[in-house]
Amino acid sequence: MTDPSHAGGAAHLLVILVSAALTDNILLTRFLGMCSFLAISRQMKASVGLGLAVTFVTTITCAINAALYVWVLRPYGLESLQLILFIVVIAAFVQFMEMLIERLSLGLYYALGIFLPLITVNCAVLGAALFMTNRNYGVTEGLVFGFGSGFGWMLAIVLMAGIRERLKTARIPPALEGPGITLIIAGIIALGFVGFSGMVQP
Amino acid sequence: MDGVSFVLTSTVVVAATCLASAVVLLIAERYLANYGPCTIDINQGSKKLEVRGGKPLLATLMQQQIFIPSACGGRGTCAYCKVKITDGAPPIAPTELTLLTDEEQQKNVRISCQVKVRNDLAIEIPEALFRVKQFTGVVERMRDLTHDIRELRIRLVEPAAIEFTPGQYVQLEAPAYGDNPEPVYRAYSISSPPSDKGHVELIIRLVPNGICTTWVFTMLKEGDEVRFNGPYGEFRLAEGDAEMVWIAGGSGMAPFWGMTRHMREHNVQRPCTYFFGAVAQRDLFFTDEFHDLEKAMPGFRFVPALSGAENDGWTGEKGLITQVVERHLKDGSGKEGYLCGSSGMIDASVKILKAKGIPEDRIFYDKFT
Repeated sequence: MTDPSHAGGAAHLLVILVSAALTDNILLTRFLGMCSFLAISRQMKASVGLGLAVTFVTTITCAINAALYVWVLRPYGLESLQLILFIVVIAAFVQFMEMLIERLSLGLYYALGIFLPLITVNCAVLGAALFMTNRNYGVTEGLVFGFGSGFGWMLAIVLMAGIRERLKTARIPPALEGPGITLIIAGIIALGFVGFSGMVQP
Repeated sequence: MDGVSFVLTSTVVVAATCLASAVVLLIAERYLANYGPCTIDINQGSKKLEVRGGKPLLATLMQQQIFIPSACGGRGTCAYCKVKITDGAPPIAPTELTLLTDEEQQKNVRISCQVKVRNDLAIEIPEALFRVKQFTGVVERMRDLTHDIRELRIRLVEPAAIEFTPGQYVQLEAPAYGDNPEPVYRAYSISSPPSDKGHVELIIRLVPNGICTTWVFTMLKEGDEVRFNGPYGEFRLAEGDAEMVWIAGGSGMAPFWGMTRHMREHNVQRPCTYFFGAVAQRDLFFTDEFHDLEKAMPGFRFVPALSGAENDGWTGEKGLITQVVERHLKDGSGKEGYLCGSSGMIDASVKILKAKGIPEDRIFYDKFT
């Protein structure tokens, strides 16, 4: 475990953040969280909302899961339980989020619709938690990594929503309408993100 | 770490994590999902309800003894529980979109099981729904009318009497059993006349794998307690003395069996021809009763017809019920059509009646769904 409080800690955290959001973008380089990405990116407003929700969920659950892992699972040698416990934490937190959003913003609640409960099974959220333990991050690093991953996911879906907004008036071959053209565009953006690789080494 | 302590610590850690999550959620539900007291105004002030917010509108109204028809138990699939919300409605949920037409959406019609009560609401429902009640009764008699049609006679217990017009239906509750975790409600027309206030009779046909009918045919016994709510429905005899053409098949008999007895009791002399379609002789029932009623009621005629190929010894009408109507009905002008049965039969019959000159607004039907 790297101690986040050592000298140069801030720089270290910045590297984690940038690499999670850009060079190791969870959606564009790992292709996690594709299903809500494809469905929601049709609308810009809902994309921003879902992006914020995913960012928030990933940040907080990564921090809780990192704490659970570092302070409970590893000391007792229970690393093998990480998968089920991470899912329990994520599911409970998303349920909590759902109640919170319903209370605070009905518009967002209805715009997200079925995808809000589906954040539970958004593999990007679980993926971020598992990558984090692979890399032996502590709680602060986990928090930053979770925020970076979620932000990266949001960046990707907002990029895609912007492009799809333009596509509404574009002439697309009928066979490629909908998911077809979206996947091709996602591939091209992913190629672009490969250009970032090697810039930072976490 | 040895095996036993590994198992113990794993159990404790998993249980503690789940417990902590559950506690957080319970607290959140207590404070976040609590929308406090809300007022529901029904039909512009004709009734005002004080309710606790946070639950779907359908369930909230049901707690207040107002029963909106619903067959799926609030799962948002049957689209029966439509209610007009004139004020305070939340945005239309994605689960409602497929069940509402554009016209309904513009008229503020909503699926009440999918609308949560979060604030004060103003709604409009048909006045008749105020008369809908939840009944408990006891199965007094159960008899097989044919090999797959059964008649239930239910003695009412609480409330002890029911007011309805012939042609209306009730929703029978099939309790949870087997693979069926929640009670479901299914609509059946009342086949008894309204004069018999202490009883309702239902005619139920066995639907293969049907949740409610399977329960009626395999589990329900005489003496058992049953629950239903009602009455619902706009299917009834129109005012006036226009000549009537009735068409039914199978358990579509039910409303007409009630209407005929009601007409007999009130000595209604309105001319009426009742076409009843079946496949074979074993599917016919109440034939003797109807022939007796024919003698007592001069204007009434009962025409049973069989569509099956092998019906030796049958001297009555043969062919599909639409063909029989086609042969018998000369001129439909000035007459009224009343239909009850499967949607295929009704669509075909409406076509025939219109071709015979009965205007569309004088054709009334109760379609099985």
